[in-house]
Amino acid sequence: MSEHITEIVVFTLLFLAVSGMGFVAARWRRPDNLASLDEWGLGGRKFGSWVTWFLVGGDLYTAYTFVAVPALLFGAGATGFFALPYTIVTYPLVFLVLIRLWSVAHVHGMVTPADFVRARFGSPTLALLIAITGLVATMPYIALQLVGIEAVLKTMGVTGDLPLIIAFAILAAYTYQSGLRAPALIAFVKDTLIYVVILVAIIYIPARLGGWESVFGAAKEKFEATPAPGDGYLLNAGNQLQYVTLALGSAMALFLYPHSVTGVLAARNRGVIKRNMAALPAYSLLLGLIALLGYMAIAAGIKPITANGKADANTVVPQLFDQMFPDWFAGVAYAAIGIGALVPAAIMSIAAANLFTRNVYKEFIKRDATDAQEAAVSKIASLVVKVGAVLVILLIDPQFSIDLQLIGGVIILQTLPSVALGLYTRWFHRAGLIAGWAAGMTAGMVMLYNIANPAINHAHFGGSAFPLAKLGLDTKITIYAGFLALLVNVVVAVAGTLIARAAKVADGRDATRPSEYFADEGDPRVHEVELSGSH
Amino acid sequence: MTTPPSEQDPARRDRSPWNWLLLVPIVIPLITPLYNADEPRLFGFPLFYWLQLAFIILGVATTTIVYRMGRKRSGR
Repeated sequence: MSEHITEIVVFTLLFLAVSGMGFVAARWRRPDNLASLDEWGLGGRKFGSWVTWFLVGGDLYTAYTFVAVPALLFGAGATGFFALPYTIVTYPLVFLVLIRLWSVAHVHGMVTPADFVRARFGSPTLALLIAITGLVATMPYIALQLVGIEAVLKTMGVTGDLPLIIAFAILAAYTYQSGLRAPALIAFVKDTLIYVVILVAIIYIPARLGGWESVFGAAKEKFEATPAPGDGYLLNAGNQLQYVTLALGSAMALFLYPHSVTGVLAARNRGVIKRNMAALPAYSLLLGLIALLGYMAIAAGIKPITANGKADANTVVPQLFDQMFPDWFAGVAYAAIGIGALVPAAIMSIAAANLFTRNVYKEFIKRDATDAQEAAVSKIASLVVKVGAVLVILLIDPQFSIDLQLIGGVIILQTLPSVALGLYTRWFHRAGLIAGWAAGMTAGMVMLYNIANPAINHAHFGGSAFPLAKLGLDTKITIYAGFLALLVNVVVAVAGTLIARAAKVADGRDATRPSEYFADEGDPRVHEVELSGSH
Repeated sequence: MTTPPSEQDPARRDRSPWNWLLLVPIVIPLITPLYNADEPRLFGFPLFYWLQLAFIILGVATTTIVYRMGRKRSGR
């Protein structure tokens, strides 16, 4: 531990400075009171282009991503690079969808995706299913942020659970106090640190390793020497469809996650979102370069830290920094990863708390809850969510969270017909959507259950690449399980809608109007319209 | 009830022929035969890696054009 003392000091100082900012954030653009979900959970819905860029960027490109994506390239090669097309495709894909969501949410004061489904399809049941799906998909994601911090602490030789618990307790305290303003303010520091570290890393490290030629050369050599069929320095005939469907499926899933929606709804107007869709790919460039750290680790001969006989691939990047950088700069790099975990963890816990408050508490427990009661419930729920995440990581093998997050991507996709298609059409019947959701979830689970991965000793839930051979096709081609499950979902939703219409099953009332999907800043909200109408 | 201003203003739509441009950065990065090769290299990067990084520029350019053109059309 003593050889890491400089790193630990730098890491701790930066971590504490940022935590201080988290508490001060409550006073940033302070409203009269923070006691409503609009203020606590969405930062007053007033963030401009820059704040939104840092906030959403810090939200989507998490510490776990920065640690896990290079680990994927380190282990399997080209298939891990799917994260790049994924984050290129996602913005043009959702460009027009998100502004519709922002508008209708602005008019109706919606906070969560389930709020929208509730209003659009008039079905508390469907809204509850969407909310639960969001909660289940988000929880392991929060837990995984801890894995990012843990990887850094491990490399610095810090052992035991206490540092992790302290880090999350600080996070919980300032999120409780400042709400979404805390991660928004911290995101500035986090992203600046990450940009600096990565710029230095991609110039300095390859130079020390003999240039990019030798970095890629080492990767090529490694994968040509391994017998595994799925890896390689380029894609092969079997995994190209998986690469494409995983990138597209993940791109479609990204903005269905409740925490992404939280970041988007906190924007001031439609222009902020459009500008961000054009500017957020700057982070994709960062991600693509970070991914290549995995190959640099191969070239540098890095071996992941082994604990209890299991190699932890997530320690590859911290190990690389430790070996390549002077101690003080390695400390800065670790702080970037550690702080990088705090921003998304805060936003995710706020999003999960809002889901609980709006779509469970207010819908089923206390219908006449005031704004202040909603905020109070959300604040406590955000604490519960974080305690849960810490317990899951400490008590259960982190591999469990990684598996759950894999499942999370597949299940969040099953909300696409209700949320994304719902923004465009009211054609679907609520019964059809519920049936489609159930079918998609079942199909996704069955497929994931049947994916084995000998590399991590999993007979089931071993990955997301589903071999088409299991459907009786004579081929080695694999496809992203979530993508196939979504197809099942849509087909059943269409069939279910036709059947429900034919059987004249009662449909829900649509509380939204076509013009509300184009509303912008300054347009009256529904309750304001009603107030002015009653006088 | 007052009528929301958006209903009095038919120009307020998201429709624009420029929106079709968004399909380009969605489709191109998903065609693996375009980039699944080692040569030609750029600064030591195999095609697979540098071309996919270059698609970022494609994405930024098209979304920026769609944003600008959409703003022009609606006069805002």
